[in-house]
Amino acid sequence: MSYANWKAGKKRQAHFLWKDIKDHRTCYAFLAPYAIIFTLFYIAPVIVSIYYSFTYFNVLQPPRFILFQNYINLILADDIFLTAVKNTFLIAAITGPVGYIMAFIFAWLIHELPRGIRAIAVLVFYAPTISGQVYLIWSFIFSGDAYGYANAYLVEWGIMDNPVLWLTNPQYMMGIVIVVQLWLSLGAGFLSFIAGLNTIPADQYEAGYVDGIRNRWQELWYITLPNMKSMLMFGAVMAITQSFNTADVTMNLCGFPSTDYAARTIVTHLIDYGSYRFEMGYASAIATVLFLAMYLCNKFIQKALSRLGT
Amino acid sequence: MKKIKAGRQPNRSRAGDVGVAIVLIIFGCFFAFPLVYAINAAFKPLDELFIYPPKLFVRNPTTDNFSDLFLLLNKTGVVTFTRYMFNSIFVTAVGTAGHILIASMAAYVLSKYRFPGSRLFFSAVTVALMFTGYVLSIPNYLIMAKLGWTDTYLALIIPAFASPMGLFLMKQFMESSIPDVLIEAAKIDGAKESRIFWTIVMPLVKPAILTLMIFSIQALWNNAGTTFLYRDELKMLPFALQTVAAGGVARTGAGSAATLFMMIIPLVCFILAQSNIVETMASSGIKE
Repeated sequence: MSYANWKAGKKRQAHFLWKDIKDHRTCYAFLAPYAIIFTLFYIAPVIVSIYYSFTYFNVLQPPRFILFQNYINLILADDIFLTAVKNTFLIAAITGPVGYIMAFIFAWLIHELPRGIRAIAVLVFYAPTISGQVYLIWSFIFSGDAYGYANAYLVEWGIMDNPVLWLTNPQYMMGIVIVVQLWLSLGAGFLSFIAGLNTIPADQYEAGYVDGIRNRWQELWYITLPNMKSMLMFGAVMAITQSFNTADVTMNLCGFPSTDYAARTIVTHLIDYGSYRFEMGYASAIATVLFLAMYLCNKFIQKALSRLGT
Repeated sequence: MKKIKAGRQPNRSRAGDVGVAIVLIIFGCFFAFPLVYAINAAFKPLDELFIYPPKLFVRNPTTDNFSDLFLLLNKTGVVTFTRYMFNSIFVTAVGTAGHILIASMAAYVLSKYRFPGSRLFFSAVTVALMFTGYVLSIPNYLIMAKLGWTDTYLALIIPAFASPMGLFLMKQFMESSIPDVLIEAAKIDGAKESRIFWTIVMPLVKPAILTLMIFSIQALWNNAGTTFLYRDELKMLPFALQTVAAGGVARTGAGSAATLFMMIIPLVCFILAQSNIVETMASSGIKE
């Protein structure tokens, strides 16, 4: 192919692209308000923060470019980061999938209820999420003195002799964090499942019944799940972000820093460097690494979900 | 073949229904706990709050905690309590309405059309969800300062319009619950995009709109707004309530009243939205 030919081809391509864009100008008009705000307040900060991850930036002085030094330090010289990675992956590996499946199962079971009490059932199961900071009551339940509910009852029933320091003893911390995190996992994904189940046309179920679907499990597998694909995708992304971002729960329940860093997660490590030691460059490097981990995990799950019902 | 009876779904065994009910009741107690606790704690007199062994249910309910709370709110603040209340309601209402409109518009064209850049843009939205918010506060602050939006409500409201979660949710819904043929038919009948959007797309995704409303109200209502707002008269309700509750052990009663008080508006909106979602059952489902 000669250069002139190639150039003409490129030109034609550009022409078609331009025509394509012009044909869709209404689409761009619909997208524009969102796109402008999103680029300015979501994309731009992410890019700036990825740039910071290659600099030494203490907030007071302008950032100084140091290439990969932050990443090298993070992986080779930061022992606590390794603890944080281990804890985060443990939490994510348990609360992510379990929370996700739980959200779907409860949404599905609630959908089976008679219509009158469905809204109340949704409220009951969503209560931990809607009540904001109310998970702090777990710190009363597991508080280390005899006033904590867990200690009070376990001692009263004679199961233990002495109160246990649930939230300061490294032995119990991660277990409690995982329980509380699971308890909080009926969030955005759960509500989207509830809404999604309500948009499946009733005639599909009727048709399924005529076609010989005999019980609720067959109905779930052949009709409900394939119809819920796009909501399941949404729920998966939400489960990933929530489980990898675990921080508030460990900080508020186990203390910050926790005993022996036993409840340190990637995000609490990041907060430590970003908000207390003012090493924004290093904190940004942590954020970028976490982001990559979540991104890969998401890619993997999307692949798995796209096979659903086929 | 059995006849499909009205009122009872086919394909369901009695034993299964009972099993479902039992499972839901057991787990329901576990999940309802914070709500029960918060409501009871708010009405407990001080001696019951510190009783040993601790009791979950209140025995002598009193509204003292609430009167304490409002007394403290009016005494400590430079600004009256109603102003904080107004600020929070204003930001939540405007932010939520704008978010639903702008995100739905974008979600509509992203889900129903393929145009240059559309897929790239959508993947940018889902990927943006995964970047941890904590490190974004400095770049965000710099942008707000450049725009001169610090110390105004714009800093809270405008970014809320483009929250990535909302677009993601709407796009997923529109993709699965709006048949393409419906839009094509409307086009053949000569309807403009804006008309299709308002009269066909939006009514069909009502459950998604209501769900999005819940998310947005929750996020904005609990936003204390202290990162961008300095003037006391602009600050939000959570800020005022945190100030009161931070007063230590003596404020335990007022603090538990504050927790319940903060929950009232999201809770009411939640119940209204959910009963609406459940009622707009897809019996009106459109056939392709």
